Formats: sequence, structure tokens, C-alpha cells
Amino acid sequence: MSPALQGLVMIVLGVGGCVGYFYGANLLLDRVIFPARGAQAGRNINRANLVRPWLFLLPALVALSLYLVYPVIETLRLSLTDRSQGGAFVGLANYRQMAAEPKFWEAMRNNLMWLVVVPALSTGFGLLAAQLTDRIRWGNIAKSIIFMPMAISFVGAAVIWKLVYDARPEGTEQIGVLNALYLWLGGAEPQQWLTLIPANTFLLMIVLIWVQTGFAMVILSAALRGIPEDTIEAAIIDGAGPMQVFFRIKVPQIASTIVVVWTTITLVVLKVFDIVFAMTNGQWGTQVLANYMYDKMFRANDWGLGSASAMVIMLLVLPILIWNVRTARREMR
Amino acid sequence: MAELRLSGVAKRYGGTVEVLRDIDLEIARGELIVFVGPSGCGKSTLLRMIAGLESISDGVLEIEGRVVNDIPPAQRGIAMVFQSYALYPHMTVRENMAFALKLARKSRTEIDAAVAAAAEKLQLTDYLDRLPKALSGGQRQRVAIGRAIVRDPKVYLFDEPLSNLDAALRVATRIEIAQLKEQMPDSTMIYVTHDQVEAMTLASRIVVLANKGIAQVGTPLELYDSPENEFVARFIGSPAMNLLAGRITQSGAQTRVALDGGGQALVAIPTGAEDLGAAVNLGVRPEDLEETTGDYVLGGRVAITEALGEHTLLYLGEEGPGDARIAKLPGTRSALRGTDIRLTARPDKLHLFRDGRSMKPR
Ligand SMILES: Nc1ncnc2c1ncn2[C@@H]1O[C@H](COP(=O)(O)OP(=O)(O)OP(=O)(O)O)[C@@H](O)[C@H]1O
Ligand SMILES: [Mg+2]
Repeated sequence: MSPALQGLVMIVLGVGGCVGYFYGANLLLDRVIFPARGAQAGRNINRANLVRPWLFLLPALVALSLYLVYPVIETLRLSLTDRSQGGAFVGLANYRQMAAEPKFWEAMRNNLMWLVVVPALSTGFGLLAAQLTDRIRWGNIAKSIIFMPMAISFVGAAVIWKLVYDARPEGTEQIGVLNALYLWLGGAEPQQWLTLIPANTFLLMIVLIWVQTGFAMVILSAALRGIPEDTIEAAIIDGAGPMQVFFRIKVPQIASTIVVVWTTITLVVLKVFDIVFAMTNGQWGTQVLANYMYDKMFRANDWGLGSASAMVIMLLVLPILIWNVRTARREMR
Repeated sequence: MAELRLSGVAKRYGGTVEVLRDIDLEIARGELIVFVGPSGCGKSTLLRMIAGLESISDGVLEIEGRVVNDIPPAQRGIAMVFQSYALYPHMTVRENMAFALKLARKSRTEIDAAVAAAAEKLQLTDYLDRLPKALSGGQRQRVAIGRAIVRDPKVYLFDEPLSNLDAALRVATRIEIAQLKEQMPDSTMIYVTHDQVEAMTLASRIVVLANKGIAQVGTPLELYDSPENEFVARFIGSPAMNLLAGRITQSGAQTRVALDGGGQALVAIPTGAEDLGAAVNLGVRPEDLEETTGDYVLGGRVAITEALGEHTLLYLGEEGPGDARIAKLPGTRSALRGTDIRLTARPDKLHLFRDGRSMKPR
């Protein structure tokens, strides 16, 4: 069977299975377990309604506990054991070892840098794009183009940008846009951009910013449109110029949305892996935590250390995640 | 000197959709001008053109002798109060009121003094540190007015400022606005509303807008007593004036009209011999009608009565309520329902319209 056909069959089976489960389980509940008939009809309807939410939540709960809760607990356990001692309990030894490795601290430092730069620039550019595209006639086309990178996988984006940063030997035609530009501007010789410390980390960040700006723009554009027009007109009458309207009237009114966008991108950044993996694999001082974990876990096959670094990532993500969910929930009310 | 002068002002959207044309209007300092008119006639548009929020397609707008067509809103010396209040939701009452002054780089002490004075005037002193969402509708409205006051503008613009308030609060706030105007006799105000009572009670002059232009400008009582055309005659006054078709049968210092409905009327409006036989509409306000046994202006069966205590509304004729002739008699007259009635009015209370325009000399 061709892979495309296989994919189609899986989609049909998957969706059909879901529909079948919900329909069938519902039917079973209403007809067999608590039928709305006979002397107990009223009581049965109430009971069926009590059970129904759980029925619908069940698949999600099972999947979540199987693929999320269990792995977390197992990872925690593994991070406290040692492979070379046959999986014996070693307490915090893995964490101690990790703390002694310069590569770990390099990853921590880089992650921190990503954390500061990427959400800020993505949100900033997204806000700028949202504001500017709302004002012009071909804004919708611009919006689509800015949004398009969202549809590309991180690995795909990494490949594209690797080509942008590509370097050919001196004298040959440069296919990397950056080098071509660099030489055209009078640069002496083509640069191996991805090996230049510390610029290379920022060159990697650009890829993620490129992807995430579209996301920020779409959400912020919707928020900007939600601002009552007359508060803007009132500000204009009060004497506010375009900049003051933007920064003192519009931005404060969408502050909570900006926070949600910011934190959502922060979560993506904390987990950043594919881009680094595909472009430098953490060499030349570009290591990040997720790639460090992958290195330990699957290259060095040291599950103890790998799990320990996974726990570190989770601990970093958790507070932001909780905060994000809270603000988003408050938004919705 | 005219505080505000519009000459030949027009508004077109997209170059083709004409909303207003040939607006000529002079407003003196200290006046409270009310724009009224049916929905969609361009009241808000005209106000927003004065504010500078809409461009002026044609004509000239002057404020204190200065052409302001191309001057940005903040420099026109105007302040506007929006129907939806348009308070800045992220600023406290104090910050809302101080915003314009801060932008104008006024000194701290000056700002504090202006905000305190406005808050005092509007009884907002206790709410200065609250956010707008923690205020009632009436309080928000007062903040919006306060935001205008602190700027000490030459002209205040109000776009239906009371329409989001409930009936009782609307009356109270209306009176507050009237008092505010009294405290600031030199400030000019332009006020858009579709509420007749607001227009009649607040206005020093009313501007009736209709059909892309000004139908009539005058004091409330001028509009009520001497409407220049049928539109204003029916628009001002509630219930609306009855218009009865007829023909002039005798002209002179007083005019006699034979009505198509069978009645007769003597009108205290002079007409010439050339008007004899002309088709006219006789206008009579419901409240001017009284019962008679002799010559009548309006006669027929009372289809419906509405007793409102102070007076009773009678709906005459078989037609639906939209076309019915209406009379307003003092006291409770519910017993008249289903009976035949004859009504007349004093000659000086009657209006005559020919081709839609009043025949009253001016
Ligand atoms: N941007 C626009 N493009 C085209 N026509 C417009 C535009 N804005 C307003 N109009 C038209 O201008 C006319 C006047 O609108 P305006 O809001 O001034 O009416 P209004 O008298 O204030 O009515 P209301 O009493 O309902 O507030 C309306 O017929 C409206 O359809
Ligand atoms: Mg309006």
C-alpha cells in the first residue's frame, strides 16, 4: 500500500473510531445501563447525565495518563538511578554530575538567552506586523506570508535557514543568501556563520523568531481589532499622536493577550530542540537543554543523566505553563 | 462673533455616497446647539466633522474665525463626549481625566488642580482612583464629561451622551448637563440626540437635519410654533402634528380651507387671491384640538383611547395607528371610545403647508 493511502486509511480509522466510541458509548449509557424508561426513568436520566462527561473524557484521560503522567513518574525514577550500576538507586548523583559538566551550563545559559530574546522579538515583531498590516490595503497578503512559516516544521525551517547560512569555498558562487549579501557588501571571504561564537546562537534564534512571529501576529491582530474604536478616537481628540495611541492606548488594552502570547512562545522556546539538532547539533557553543538531553539519552545511552536533564526542563516549564493556563482562563471569562 | 461657522459643508464617503451637503450654520459663543433628526441623517457625521474625526469633503469650517478644515482634532479647541463614554479602560478616573493634559505637557500641579476642580464639579472626587469598570453607567458618563472639562475647550461636542442610561438616570443627568452649562456660560456646546425632550429642554437652538441637509434652525419654541416645512412639523412634537389635506376656499387676512375629510378650518395665516383653490395640507397639533359642536376640523369615530391620567389620546379613523389622526384632550376621556366626535382648533394654532412648505409669512 502506498504511504499516502496508508495515511488516509489511518485517518478514516482514527476519526471513525472516535466517532464510533462516543456514539456507541452514549447509546449504551442511554439504552442499556440507565434507560430513560420504566419507573426509574427520571432517576436514570439524572444518573446518565452524571456519568456522561466521564464517558467523554475517558479516552483523553487514559491517553494522558499513559503518555504523560506515567512517563513523568518513570523519568523521575530513572533520573535517580544509574545505568552502569545496573539501575541501582543513586539519589541525586546524576544531578550532581550534570551540574559539574560545562556543557550543561552552556545549555542552561543558551536556553536563558533564547528565553530572553525569542519571545520578546517574536511578540514585538508580531505586534508590529499586526498593527501595520491592519492599516494597509495589501495587509491581508502580507499577513498570509508572515503566517506561512507556521505551517513549516521546525526541521523544515532549520533546513531552509541552513541554506541561507550556507558557505561555499572562496571564489565559487555562494548559494547562501547571507554570504552572498556579505560578499556583496564588501566582506573579504565567505563566513562559516554557524561556527561563529556567539553569533551562531542568535542565528539559530532567528529561525524560531521567523516561525513564531506569524503566531504572535495572528493572535495580536485579533486583539487589536477588539479594541473599541472610540477609545482611540477619544485619544486622538485628547492630542495623542500615532505612537502615543499605540503605546498608551492600544498596547495597555491588549496587555493580557500580549502576556499570553509571550508565555506561549516561552514554552516553545524552553523545549527548543529540532532547530539546534538539525543545524549545529549543539556544537560551537550552541547547546540547549533539550538537545543536551537527547545527547545524553540517545547518543551516550545514559538514561540516568538524560532523565535528570529532562526533569530540569520540566521544572523550568512548569511555572510558566501554570501561569499561562491561568491567564488564558481569566481571559476567557 | 460666531464661535463656529460652517459654510457649504458637505460629506461624501468614497467620493460618491453623499451623506450631507450644503450645510450652512453659525453658532455663537455660549450657545447650546442640539442636532436632531431621524436615524442615519448624518448627525454624528456632522459632529465628527466638527471634531476632526471625519474629513470635510467640501466647504469651510471655522472655529473662532480660524479655518480648521485641516487642523488635527487636538488643536481645534474642541472636546468630545462619546455615546459609549470611550473611557480608557486601563486608566483610573484620575488618569482618564489627566491624559490630555499630560500629552500637552502641562505641569503636575496644573494637572492636579484641573482634575480636582472637574471632579468636584461632577461629584467624582471619591472615585478618582477607581478604574472605569468599577463605576456605574452614570458615573462613567460623568467621567467622560470630566475628561472634556479639564481641557477647557472652546466647544464641547456630545454624541447622544445619555442614550445608554436608563430613563430615570437620563432625566437626572440631563438636568446635570443643564446645570453644568449654566456654570460655564461662555462654553459652546453641540449636542446630538434623538430624544425630543432632551432637545427641547437643553437647546438654545435646535438644528433639524433631514435629507442630507438642514431642514430648519431655530429655538425650540420657534420650531414648535412655526415649523417651516412638513418634515419639521411632524418631527417636533409628540404625538406628531396631524396633516389634513384640503383646498383654500377663501383667501385674505385669514384663510378658509375646506378639508377633504369634510371639515372646515379658519386659519390665521394671510393668503392672496392667487392661492384660491390651491391644494394645501392643514397642520394641527393633537394638543391644540378641542371638542366642538359647530364647524369642525377633524371629525370621526374614536377607534382607540389611551388614558394617561393627565390627558387622553384619541385615535380617530379606521386606518391603522400609523395613519390615525390623533387628538389629545385633558383629563380622562375613555368613555369617548366608539363614539363620533368633532374637533376644532383656534385659527392661530393652525398651520398651512403648500408643497410641503409653510405658508406662514416670516
Ligand atoms: N464609512 C461610511 N461609508 C459610507 N457611508 C457611511 C459611512 N459612515 C456612515 N455612513 C452613512 O452616513 C449616514 C449618516 O450616518 P450617521 O452616523 O451620521 O447618522 P446619525 O444621524 O448619527 O444616525 P443615528 O441617529 O442612528 O446615530 C448613514 O446613512 C450612514 O449609512
Ligand atoms: Mg449617531
